[in-house]
Amino acid sequence: MLIHPEEILQTIQMVTTENLDIRTVTMGINLRDCSHPDIDELNANIYEKITTYAKDLVEVTDEISRLYGVPIVNKRISVTPVSIVAEASKCDDFVSIAQTMDKAASKVGVDFIGGFSALVHKGITPGDLKLINSIPQALATTEKVCSSVNVATTHAGINMDAVALMGKIIKKTASLTAERDGIGCAKLVVFANAPEDNPFMAGAFHGVGEPDCAINVGVSGPGVVNAAVRALKNPTLNEIAETIKKTAFKITRMGEKVGREVSSRLNAQFGVLDLSLAPTPAVGDSVAAILEAMGLERCGTHGTTAALAMLNDAVKKGGSMASSSVGGLSGAFIPVSEDAGMIRAVQEGSLSLEKLEAMTSVCSVGLDMIAVPGDTSESTISAIIADEMAIGIINSKTTAVRLIPAPGKQVGDEVEFGGLLGRAPVMAVNPFSSEKFISRGGKIPAPIQALNN
Amino acid sequence: MSSSRFVITVIGIDRVGIVAGITSVMANHNVNIVDISQTIMQNLFTMIMLAEVKDENFDLFAFQNSMAEEGRRLGVEVKVQHEDAFTCMHRI
Repeated sequence: MLIHPEEILQTIQMVTTENLDIRTVTMGINLRDCSHPDIDELNANIYEKITTYAKDLVEVTDEISRLYGVPIVNKRISVTPVSIVAEASKCDDFVSIAQTMDKAASKVGVDFIGGFSALVHKGITPGDLKLINSIPQALATTEKVCSSVNVATTHAGINMDAVALMGKIIKKTASLTAERDGIGCAKLVVFANAPEDNPFMAGAFHGVGEPDCAINVGVSGPGVVNAAVRALKNPTLNEIAETIKKTAFKITRMGEKVGREVSSRLNAQFGVLDLSLAPTPAVGDSVAAILEAMGLERCGTHGTTAALAMLNDAVKKGGSMASSSVGGLSGAFIPVSEDAGMIRAVQEGSLSLEKLEAMTSVCSVGLDMIAVPGDTSESTISAIIADEMAIGIINSKTTAVRLIPAPGKQVGDEVEFGGLLGRAPVMAVNPFSSEKFISRGGKIPAPIQALNN
Repeated sequence: MSSSRFVITVIGIDRVGIVAGITSVMANHNVNIVDISQTIMQNLFTMIMLAEVKDENFDLFAFQNSMAEEGRRLGVEVKVQHEDAFTCMHRI
């Protein structure tokens, strides 16, 4: 037998007890050919294109899942940023487009559809502005639509007018979904250096440099890495790094196989494989648990940033050896509400917003799924975004903010979103004002890319 | 797909008739055994088979369902996965 029985059992164990899964197969669909001055025509075009291209996505994905015996948790769609597609439309708001996307997503049976997005890092067009102003209503009246706004890049700097605007939009989104603890905000991401091919939500969109249709695959497996690290007997950090690398390699190979098979059966181009350790509320399927397995008493204590840096780097190394199509975000996610270990660390007073911010400078993405008090001001939210964007542009990496100012909730309360979104303890923000700084507007210029110290 | 070979794993409490039951389902679906290994791991009966399918119209879904059903009857867990799931992960 070519494959050793132990290897076979190891793969099976990864799936059955360590929560290895393909988190998502995301079909990116170009909608630029759908543009039309008449909004009804535009909506009809969008519906037609999505339901035609993604018609077999769920069926084929399920087939592949059975063929290889690996669960594929979500099927998703990402589309061209809607602000570009709808720019020519003569109407005041784009809410109906989000509703069309929602309907199309339900029709083809996918879990989420991303791309109700705008790229405004250098400036805001009239179409961008209409889109951004439509976000609260769009997210309140749809189930599956996800939205993202890119407000900063290393090449353009930070658009602080957009940052100020997003503080207002996030608050409004929370208030329109107040009866569900502000769940609309769980589907809204503010980005610096947003990748064009990321399969993970809520930040997925189909970038303008992408083909007409592409399959991007997101693989996860914090539980597998956690189990592998914990199986080591009194290891040195080198040995831990080596183990994470090898484990990441194996997981990525499985994702690549699935991605290539799905795209060949759907006659779509294989885009990227994104190996991101995306935790779930399941026990052990936690990035915090990996950091604690490395020797930290609790995630968030001193040493957490170092441990996370090593984890993130080892994941990238293993992943890029395993596939030449690695892209998207690729690293470790630290969403608080989706990770049982992070939740515990917050509840026990080990993990604060400030520490999370530091951690985002060495891992993939950013301040993710964090609930803050409902009375947090717009300018404070904007200032939190500005800090995170600064980390992104200075370090030439993607960073993002997905904050939920939970209406009516205070520090110590908890918000419950259910499913993969989990539950989040409300975290304290700094009580001092950033109002004057945010209200100045303008831009933070692009950073120098030399003299790096 | 590079081949139509499947890895079949049977894991559970040992009892009389497991091999007989599983292999008869395979025979009914015209699935040929290429290699077979059997061991007891952590008190669990573990059988791993490499199986080959030559029929172009082979219905994997139906085969997986019959195998799972037989597994339930015998009180063991049966998985049928394409060989590539393992080679991609463990071979460069």
